[in-house]
Amino acid sequence: MKLTTKLLSATAICAASSAAAVDLEVTHWWTSGGEAAAVSKFAEAFNATEHTWVDGAIAGSGGTARPIIISRILGGDPMGATQLNHGRQAEELIEAGLLLDLTDVAEAEGWKDIVNPPSLLDACTVDGRIYCAPVNIHSWQWIWLSHQAYADAGIDVPSNWDEFVASAPALEAAGKIPLAMGQQPWQSSGAFGVMAVAIAGPDAWAAVNNDKNAEVAAGPEYAAVFEAAANARAFAANSNVQDWNQATNLVITGQAGGQIMGDWAQGEFQVAGQVAGEDYTCLPGLGVNEIISTGGDAFYFPVQDDADVEAAQKELAALLLSPQVQVDFNLAKGSLPIRGDVDLMAANDCMKKGLEILAAGNILKDGSQSLTPDTTSQIEDLMVEFWNDPSITAEDAQSRYAAIIAEAD
Amino acid sequence: MSVTDTETISARTPTPRPSRLFRNKSAKIASIPMVFTALVVFIGCTIWTIYHSFTRSRLLPAPEKWVGLENYERLWSENRWLISIENLAIYGACSLVLSLCIGFVLAALLDRKIRFENTIRTIILYPFALSFVVTGLAWQWILNPSLGLQNVVRNWGWESFTFDPLNNPEIVIFGILIAGIWQGSGFVMVLLLAGMRGIDEDIWKASRVEGIPAWKTYIFIVIPMMRPVFITALVIISAGIIKVYDLVVAQTSGGPGIASEVPAKYVIEKMFQAQNLGLGFAASTMMLLSVLVVLIPWAYLEFGGKKNG
Repeated sequence: MKLTTKLLSATAICAASSAAAVDLEVTHWWTSGGEAAAVSKFAEAFNATEHTWVDGAIAGSGGTARPIIISRILGGDPMGATQLNHGRQAEELIEAGLLLDLTDVAEAEGWKDIVNPPSLLDACTVDGRIYCAPVNIHSWQWIWLSHQAYADAGIDVPSNWDEFVASAPALEAAGKIPLAMGQQPWQSSGAFGVMAVAIAGPDAWAAVNNDKNAEVAAGPEYAAVFEAAANARAFAANSNVQDWNQATNLVITGQAGGQIMGDWAQGEFQVAGQVAGEDYTCLPGLGVNEIISTGGDAFYFPVQDDADVEAAQKELAALLLSPQVQVDFNLAKGSLPIRGDVDLMAANDCMKKGLEILAAGNILKDGSQSLTPDTTSQIEDLMVEFWNDPSITAEDAQSRYAAIIAEAD
Repeated sequence: MSVTDTETISARTPTPRPSRLFRNKSAKIASIPMVFTALVVFIGCTIWTIYHSFTRSRLLPAPEKWVGLENYERLWSENRWLISIENLAIYGACSLVLSLCIGFVLAALLDRKIRFENTIRTIILYPFALSFVVTGLAWQWILNPSLGLQNVVRNWGWESFTFDPLNNPEIVIFGILIAGIWQGSGFVMVLLLAGMRGIDEDIWKASRVEGIPAWKTYIFIVIPMMRPVFITALVIISAGIIKVYDLVVAQTSGGPGIASEVPAKYVIEKMFQAQNLGLGFAASTMMLLSVLVVLIPWAYLEFGGKKNG
């Protein structure tokens, strides 16, 4: 018996030490300038080990990439690792046993203690097991304001949503678009979510998104949100652009007063050489409720039947959360790191605002962590229709929204 | 052995013929793989899809979660699906009529034995060689108010000219229709031209002797004779209409809002982006029904008609 155990453990050690260098294909949809720079930080760090990062970037947004990624995993051609937004998108893949259990890595690296906010790790956890490595925090709750547009209109830059609404006629008189808005469904839906947190307040937001309380969705708090959205729709009527970065560009060039967009918009301002506080202003929570949601990106590792690959996958998972990689990656991406113990001195003003809010604990779960993709897509359909068709009244939209929430599972 | 053999042979000889099932044995054996493929791939998968449209399948098929007509109820209560169907109806009716008319007129013109027929035929057929994605992108630029047609006309001096279909929810489907017809009518023309060439020269001679004008000959003699070609063209165009997807994705991606959504796009997005297979299957079953609505009258005309005539 003893000999057998010894032999077995010896074999195990041999197997572990002889782990071959592996080419690991990593799929993601980070293809814009700043995003590509950020993902190359991961690749550099991983190539510094004996393994090789094979970049599998999929052009287009998550909406394009996600079906490709999922069909590859389902179709039996899994990649080494893949980006997904953590939350309920991968739920069924995990239940079907298609994703690698990272619990041993998480325990060895002490993820439970370092990941902040803990809800990020919760979103990776199914039945007490951890299936993904969170890499960054992105928050939606920002409005970006162009100093040039307000200077041209001869008024002060607003400091909250009400002032922004009041300033809109002056901007229009000066020939500006008050609110820049891309036409893609996720943008209209996202902007609505931001207004919901800011105007209805975090409690009402949580009741609707986490508890799926249709009464709150049909109630007076949300009625105010739909009124605000109807206003915003009028402000954005002349913004005929498709992509979010085209809309951000309207703000950068001073053609539009502001844009409601997540903190990834910051990268565009940086690329354009603009300085926070001088050329543009960012207001978290629309300047009303300074609170940010903590969605983000995470990496999942599809199960492969090769022990070497599995070892490399786990190595990559640990690497993604290591302090230096976190700092390099997030500075390039403009997102917030998922661990509170790293030093981000190089961060700009807007990122620092975000870090402060994060440190103060004014955080929300992201919508994608509580709503299924099915519900999300229904809300997106509704929002993009509402946003583009002025004949739909706020009341109609609200009752349809409440019906979707009532049906959500 | 030999005795039994001769016995069976002699026993068979008097029976007139083996039953229908065993005639042409080798041909039937050879077609077994194809029959098998058709049964499994086409019919089997169709039945699988229809079955799963009655289940609550989300990301993965879940045959055990039977929910009855729930998916269909949700489908027909969704505004986006209703708009998709409406768009398909408008696009389908216009595209069918216009591409047949334009295709026929072009074919008739080419049929007049004009000079450079080959060159002109190639030019008109050329758009068909482009994929829908390229067609869609090209027309997105042509219809873009600041780059395309509107800008050109304004530069010619007609300052108030406005032609911006892709940004107007009311007429966006016609912007897509223009691109669809541009792409498809050349193919219809070639089909119909081939049909016209199949018409006997003597008929033309006879009609000339009778002094019937050319347009009357086309409408009252040639078109009725070309019925099979028209039916083929009709089926090909209809199938193209029902599956229209890439043209919309390239040109408007369903926008503005959801004004130019089509059923095929709905199916793809519900299945893979919304991770709701059940709903996507329900929508694709409805699409199959609409194909059958086209196909059954065709089969009736083609195969049922022959027995009578």
